[in-house]
Amino acid sequence: MMTLTINGRDHQVDAEPDTPLLYVLRDDIKLNAAKYGCGLGQCGACTVMVDGDAVFSCITPILLLKDRKITTLEGLGTQDAPAPIQRAFIEEQAAQCGYCTPGMMMRAQALLQRNAAPTDQQIRAELAPHLCRCGTHMRILRAVHRAADMMRRADAGAEGAKL
Amino acid sequence: MRSAVTLDRRGVLLGGGALIVGFALRDAAAQPAPNGVKRPGSLAHTPYLDSWIRIDASGEITVLTGKAELGQGMKTAVLQVAAEELDVPMARLKLVTADTGLTANEGYTSGSHSMQDSGTAIRNAAAQARTLLIAQAAQRLGLSADQLRTDNGAVVAPDGTRLSYGELVAQDMLHVESAPTSTLKQTASFKVMGKPLQRVDIPAKVTGGAAYVQDMRPDGMLHARVVRPPSYGAQLTALDSAAVEAMPGVVKVVRNGNFIAVVANKEYQAIRAMIALAARSQWQENARLPAQADPRLLLTSLPAQDSIILNIADPAVTGAKTIAASYTRPYQAHGSIGPSCALAQFADGMMTVWSHTQGVFPDRQAIAEMLQLPPDKVRVIHVEGSGCYGHNGADDAAADAALIARELPGRPVRVQWMREQEHAWEPFGPAMLTQARASLDADGKIAAWTYEVWSNTHSMRPGGAGSLLAAQHKADPVAEPAPKPLPLPEGGGDRNAIPIYTFPNAVVTHHFVKQMPLRISALRSLGAYHNVFSIESFMDELALAAGTDPVAFRLRHLTDARGRDVIEKAADAFGWSRHDKLPAGRGRGFAFARYKNLAAYCAIAAEVEVNRDTGRARLARAVAAVDAGEIINPDGLTNQIEGGIIQSMSWTLYESVSHDATRITSIDWQSYPILRFNSVPDSIEVHLINRPGLPFLGAGETAQGPAAAAVGNAIANAIGRRLRDLPLTRQKIKDAIQV
Repeated sequence: MMTLTINGRDHQVDAEPDTPLLYVLRDDIKLNAAKYGCGLGQCGACTVMVDGDAVFSCITPILLLKDRKITTLEGLGTQDAPAPIQRAFIEEQAAQCGYCTPGMMMRAQALLQRNAAPTDQQIRAELAPHLCRCGTHMRILRAVHRAADMMRRADAGAEGAKL
Repeated sequence: MRSAVTLDRRGVLLGGGALIVGFALRDAAAQPAPNGVKRPGSLAHTPYLDSWIRIDASGEITVLTGKAELGQGMKTAVLQVAAEELDVPMARLKLVTADTGLTANEGYTSGSHSMQDSGTAIRNAAAQARTLLIAQAAQRLGLSADQLRTDNGAVVAPDGTRLSYGELVAQDMLHVESAPTSTLKQTASFKVMGKPLQRVDIPAKVTGGAAYVQDMRPDGMLHARVVRPPSYGAQLTALDSAAVEAMPGVVKVVRNGNFIAVVANKEYQAIRAMIALAARSQWQENARLPAQADPRLLLTSLPAQDSIILNIADPAVTGAKTIAASYTRPYQAHGSIGPSCALAQFADGMMTVWSHTQGVFPDRQAIAEMLQLPPDKVRVIHVEGSGCYGHNGADDAAADAALIARELPGRPVRVQWMREQEHAWEPFGPAMLTQARASLDADGKIAAWTYEVWSNTHSMRPGGAGSLLAAQHKADPVAEPAPKPLPLPEGGGDRNAIPIYTFPNAVVTHHFVKQMPLRISALRSLGAYHNVFSIESFMDELALAAGTDPVAFRLRHLTDARGRDVIEKAADAFGWSRHDKLPAGRGRGFAFARYKNLAAYCAIAAEVEVNRDTGRARLARAVAAVDAGEIINPDGLTNQIEGGIIQSMSWTLYESVSHDATRITSIDWQSYPILRFNSVPDSIEVHLINRPGLPFLGAGETAQGPAAAAVGNAIANAIGRRLRDLPLTRQKIKDAIQV
């Protein structure tokens, strides 16, 4: 048994310590967003955040994750109350099959948390570990820019409210 | 008021208490429409209205389609069509997609047919249902039908009286065969069709909702993994499963001939067991893959069945200057990001399979044959998977799940393939060779055109069990069926081999190569990808030889007005005629096709940058113009075209399956590289030409060929040399620059 902190909640997990996080998220916690794509860290479909950094959950054993904060796409928002990154992807219709999308959204979220105003080149470089086979790349780039705008406006709004 | 005929599957669909009007028995014999008129779309073979539209007494409306959502936005588009013709808000409609227990048999969701077939059927069925509801209201109110209108799920009288569809619907009202024609809404009055509505499936996909077959977790579910043979035709000679059976969580090791699998309680336990079982299996392999990887040599070394598919002669026109060229395409992979997955459960003699197959009915037939069960004891339900782009491992995974689930009655079994299994075992898009020769007359017009294409078939989709890996590998194996060429006008290897241009003399020959050294099947656009690449590259070579601008040269040979419109639109929007001097290392290219010569039109102008030191080419900008008939969802169509351009560009610049004498060696994203974000274009612009009132033209694959040729032409323009063998890799470009 080991305790993992996922989306702000502690979970007691009964899995071998070398089990990759992906299988614990999907099989034990019953979360859907992180996807199995390659199991090799080549495609990015499994990406989640650990302490704010994007990591490949398919090659990250849970033994490394004690006392770390794990965030999946489910932890950002819901269909009824979507987070800015989720709203941005809906508004840009930035998916076809959508299988790769949650992983990209998590890496984009991690980027936007440390850099509120990334350039187009920075976004492209950041997303390089991710594959999309449907060819939705142009929309994904637009959605990340849109999310950045939304998050900056929300921050500006919050600061305005403080004054 | 319960319907007299209550079928089990109705309960499955609507829950026990639901009241439903009529039920179109799937197998009920269709009567031909009066006067031999063909009913529109899939109504031709499934004519009952309630096969498509059902309304219950509470007013709940269900739309049924035999087609499947593949990420192409089909669900949204058919709901738009139904909502428009029924005059109800889209949010009030329920949708059931491909399910052998519930929906019409619409074959495969492939070939850009969904809107032409199912969209047309649903549109007409919805319109006719609305007409019947109005007629019923007219009778009740003692008014004539033309005094009534429909609004928001009700028929409305001039005095404002509203009768909801639920109140009006009678037991068997929609259980009638459709009329050959319908009173359809006119484009000018559209409220839902033609609008860029947001897709209904995206919110769940971007919030971690259960959106895929991979996300299903029925109670009691077990996880399975298959240990595939290491190569085609390998025979299992020894298997020591005892240690694996003792591993934590392992429920069963399944062995059936050369088919071996592990079943465990948890997914990672199944993966560990799979790895252990693979290490304890011994195989006899055969070096049976072709030594020759060059399609030019490989395909001409195999026997071919030749047919002349176009032969036009005008002896009065002869050419002065002749040029010839030959083009090849390698085996290429579908490369779904999510490896194939399926669930199956064998309970009370009934096998239920949840699959991302493109054809629930053909897959049911194949699985039933493999299991030696009657087809009505197998139900296949489509659940979305990762995008497939044709016939990938979906049907095979479904068969794997069924074969394993039969060993564990009652338990739902989930199988997902590993990355290396998907890459090594999916049926690839076949290698192709084309040869073109043409002569130009004194005016620089094409006088004679000769074109030949060598190719395998482009579909080994199920129908029989022999198409399924599990059936081929099990004890008492089922042989793979003999491949057949796909008939024109749609064609397979010869799809789009007949030029859309008008030439006075033209001969086109299809060399159908029966032997399939690698496992192959349908990859998005089939032979059209390479035929359009070849024809449109050759048109550029001819334009150069004629000293004519490539766009003007195409227009000079094209009479099809809609084709001319997309060419002119793409050229204008790109700024083709401005003859801007491109910066060094940049080139521009143009290409055009009408998919299958009968579906959507697409013209693309592309600008490519080439790094002369590394040979690396990148599509910098693409401008497309598309005519897909009447547009249902402009944003959905644009999304398909953008995706088609990017995917085709990836095939064209990077992709080829590799193998040695025995094994497929491109088994992951390292050994089979595809486009990454650092090579994504700066911009892609899609211009749609709407054709109100004209039929829907399938558009899901129309960009694949033109995108490839536009990129190839732009590279030729940039480096001053023509590359004719796909993919147009960095190394080939570098070598060409250095010659």
